Amino acid sequence: MLSAPAALSTDGRPQRPIESRLEMSRRSFLQFCATLATTLGLPKGAEAAMAQAMEAAQRPSVIWLHFQECTGCTESMLRAEHPTLEKLILDVISLDYHETLFAAAGHQVEAARKAAMERHKGKYLLVVEGAIPTRDGGIYCKVGNQTAIELTRECAKDAAAVIAIGSCASWGGMPATDPNPTGAVGVGKILDKPVVTIPGCPPNPYNFLATVVHFLTFGSLPPVDAQGRPLFAYSRLVHENCERRAHYDAGRFALAFGDDGHRKGYCLYKLGCKGPETYANCPTVLFGDAGAGTWPVGCGHPCIGCTEEGVGFSKPIHMLAKVKNVEPPALYPAIHEPQGQGATLGSAAVLAAVAGAAAGAGAMFARNLGKQHAAADTAAKPAQREDA
Amino acid sequence: MNGRREFLRRALAGGAAVAGTTACPSAHARGNAEIPPEAIGLLFDSTLCIGCKACVAACKAANDLPLDYNSPVDALWDMPLDTTARTYNVIKAWQSGTGTQRNQQIDGYAFMKSSCLHCIDPSCVSACPVSAMTKDPATGIVQYDADACIGCRYCVAACPFGIPKYDYDSPTGKIGKCELCRHLLPEGKYAACAEVCPTGATLFGKVSALKAEAHRRLALQEGAPTIWPRGNLDTADQPAWEGPAPRYVQHVYGEKEVGGTQMLKLAAVPFEQLGHKPLPERSFSSQSETLQHTLYGGLVLPLAVLGVMSWVARRNVKHDDETDARGAQDAHAGEKRHD
Amino acid sequence: MTEHIHVAPAPVGGRLLTPVTFTCGVLILAALAILAVRFVLGLGAVTHLNDGYPWGIWVVADVVIGSAFACGGFSIAMLVYIFNKGEYHPLVRPALLASLFGYTLAGVGVIFDLGRWWNFWHILSPAYASPNSVMFEVALCISLYIVVMWIEFSPTFMEKWGMRDARRKLNKVMFFFIALGTVLPMMHQSSLGSLLIVFGTQIHPLWQTMLLPLIFLLSAITIGYAVVLFESCLAAAGYRRSIEMHLLTPLAKIMLGVLAVFMIVRFGDLLWRGALGHAFAANLQAFMFWLETACFLSPFVLLRSEVQRRNPARLFIGGALLMLGGVLLRINAFLVGYDTGTGWSYFPSVPELLVTFGMFAIEVLGYIVITRRFPVLPREDAPPTATPAALRAATR
Repeated sequence: MLSAPAALSTDGRPQRPIESRLEMSRRSFLQFCATLATTLGLPKGAEAAMAQAMEAAQRPSVIWLHFQECTGCTESMLRAEHPTLEKLILDVISLDYHETLFAAAGHQVEAARKAAMERHKGKYLLVVEGAIPTRDGGIYCKVGNQTAIELTRECAKDAAAVIAIGSCASWGGMPATDPNPTGAVGVGKILDKPVVTIPGCPPNPYNFLATVVHFLTFGSLPPVDAQGRPLFAYSRLVHENCERRAHYDAGRFALAFGDDGHRKGYCLYKLGCKGPETYANCPTVLFGDAGAGTWPVGCGHPCIGCTEEGVGFSKPIHMLAKVKNVEPPALYPAIHEPQGQGATLGSAAVLAAVAGAAAGAGAMFARNLGKQHAAADTAAKPAQREDA
Repeated sequence: MNGRREFLRRALAGGAAVAGTTACPSAHARGNAEIPPEAIGLLFDSTLCIGCKACVAACKAANDLPLDYNSPVDALWDMPLDTTARTYNVIKAWQSGTGTQRNQQIDGYAFMKSSCLHCIDPSCVSACPVSAMTKDPATGIVQYDADACIGCRYCVAACPFGIPKYDYDSPTGKIGKCELCRHLLPEGKYAACAEVCPTGATLFGKVSALKAEAHRRLALQEGAPTIWPRGNLDTADQPAWEGPAPRYVQHVYGEKEVGGTQMLKLAAVPFEQLGHKPLPERSFSSQSETLQHTLYGGLVLPLAVLGVMSWVARRNVKHDDETDARGAQDAHAGEKRHD
Repeated sequence: MTEHIHVAPAPVGGRLLTPVTFTCGVLILAALAILAVRFVLGLGAVTHLNDGYPWGIWVVADVVIGSAFACGGFSIAMLVYIFNKGEYHPLVRPALLASLFGYTLAGVGVIFDLGRWWNFWHILSPAYASPNSVMFEVALCISLYIVVMWIEFSPTFMEKWGMRDARRKLNKVMFFFIALGTVLPMMHQSSLGSLLIVFGTQIHPLWQTMLLPLIFLLSAITIGYAVVLFESCLAAAGYRRSIEMHLLTPLAKIMLGVLAVFMIVRFGDLLWRGALGHAFAANLQAFMFWLETACFLSPFVLLRSEVQRRNPARLFIGGALLMLGGVLLRINAFLVGYDTGTGWSYFPSVPELLVTFGMFAIEVLGYIVITRRFPVLPREDAPPTATPAALRAATR
């Protein structure tokens, strides 16, 4: 199933070996592929397929739109380290339109976008960063005199797939925070086609890359949940893989920032950590390629639930998370547990045997008493007669 | 030395108590006992409980209790099925249907804390024949003294909530039950289960304050934002949090049951489904004690009966005496004959 | 045979080692072995006791039922000394002996069941007194009654060992101990029922009532008479003696009278509380209630006429069934009708049962040994009225 990436190649000229294109050793490249395959939770052998797909020199055309956002998602992408992301977005994909990274400007760049869309009609990837304002006809965000709504719809029309990167593009994120003056919504709200969302503020770059490479490798987008989030990254609660989970289970909580428990690395639930209601792979993938503990909870800050609509940017830090993974499993005792030992075969048999023996002996005994009584009666009667 | 002093102290107090109750026939009939004004207790709000079992773990730590492998699963985790002599506090789960909707009746689930309710008029204290189970006159804590206990397990059988438990697996087994961490009170601490509870589902405080808090919650509109205190309600030692109110069952369990308890409970699911049977308002101990003291108050009735019996017996034994004496002689003679 | 003068008691004599005493010995040894395990490893090692049923058959059978069976002494003593029915005097000593054993063993049986038995003395110490507790009262009464009974029975030993002076002195105050010996059982037999009142709604409505003390007391008195009937028949056959029918026949009538009062109270209470409806439910409790009631009613059928009351077989069965009714009343009230919460179950384990059988074996063995060696049963010089052949048939 490598047809889609082949179709997406930008030109016919022979490619340099991918190692030289990415300025990395063959070993590093394979390691990178293995990392992404692991992030995706793919089986053994997938990393080879990925390497093959990326070597096949198909550089999918990518159009990257920016609306109501802080460019944090892009910044986060740029700081991925293995390999450096600029290499990837320039050499693995053909980034044909990106407002932050483009040197060109004005009509020139809009023309480039239109040309790319025309050239790769039905084959390019559309990535949207930022929320889309809908109030008052969407006039609160315009690029090249087009509103965000118009631009998104225009670009999405012939896109092979649409990826919403960041919480803003996913459901509105921070711009959509109450009272939401611009009517900001996520990409999915204004498009009819399915949108893969990579929420997070910022999202983890590897979740985005893995989604793209999945598309490259298998020609399809990864399976997603009801919010459009790839399951490989968003199917587990932060709480479930949290390094502080043992403290939660043992009832050791930090009560205030900087208190004893906080310094000892206790659970941050009482400080309002939203890990128990937030689906994301932050505790396993971490951020910034700087080693262990480099994610919010690892650094001592409660999770704010940025990947979770209705939690991130809407539920304040002092409100407690609703623990989502406690649908009572078997390990909670039920209200009424069967306890105690009922009749065993042995005890019932012993009791029955003794009761039976007692009843039998009693019956025998009574019978004999009856006989004796009868004998006495018959013995007494003649005597009485004689007396009479 | 201390032991003897303690013994004498107990002897005096016990003697006085016996004298007091037996010599005071007017104390026959009694209603439910009154709650001490400064009584402390817990408020458990099932709707807030997230099933984290932090209270179960904290209780074990605070009371220095061993693991309890009372589970069919395996003997690897502390996994008690119920409160036992080695587990004073357990979080139980109730489920219906698919068991996925928190605090809902249909396809719902809810958690319930099982631990001593610290009755205002406790059956276990009334039952205990050796004053091993007592109620603290100030705090109202129902406390246990293993050194006094004879292990008759009358308290286990009498408790309408099935709380005191005996350790059958030990030759020197003790009764085990929650004593509201009374050993921590002098240190300025309070019940470990409330202290550790992350949501304030278990709240510690004066019963009067807890009762007011319970009724405040019942009066809330469903979904209305409100403040949920945590830890100790009286001292507000932990930050409160804000959240929406759930839909409560309009019943404070423990307010009236068997004369009231010092642990109050709120829930979104009818209490009977959570293993809390409806109980009468009259305490069982007051019924039992009324009966006992009516019959034995001041030992009036038994002594009167004894007097009559003695008089009658004295009259009837007389004629018996001679025959008995004769019988004895006969028996003696008979024995000699046998020899 | 029909003379109404008091026949002096005398030892029965004879061998002590018989198949019956041997069986008793084996059962007692088995019980002792099990009890050794119980004291080393704890109650859980040999019993099925659990926190849903903290009281098992050791409490219900050995103590509650055991002491009710031991009411013969109390019932007969009341008849002889309080109601001045001197003709029943020959029954006093054997009944008293059975009572003495029953109660002493009940007291010892309590120790086996106590989880912290080394503290047992606390119950008698004012330092630990708990006057609100029903069990406190029961324990005090039973302890005192055991002492009183030993005093009541001591003339037997005094006669054996020729302590005439002591006996004469004791006789002067015996009336007081006899009075005490009727008041104390009344107190604790009723309180054995009162024990359940504090259990409240944990006891099934068929058994939970404020009249429990009266119901238990009345049933204990009838059981007392039933035990005397049962025992007299058994002893007569076992020792090949004539049965004191001239005493047992009218005694059966008295028993029926008390039983009638008991039944009126029992059913009157059920009707007055409106609890009788529970007896028609399709559950174990209702079934056991009717079984219990049937046992209590059967003597009225078996012994309804004077002719039937002269038949020792009927007296024996009637007495046995009434005893069974008393057993069921106690088992039902304490175990079958007890429900501390859904999910709990209890049935005695084999070792638990063996200890209870061992306890009854001690009673039987003790009764045999003492009656054979001490002056308890009325002396029997005259040959029995029945022919030797008939007697042999009766005891085979």
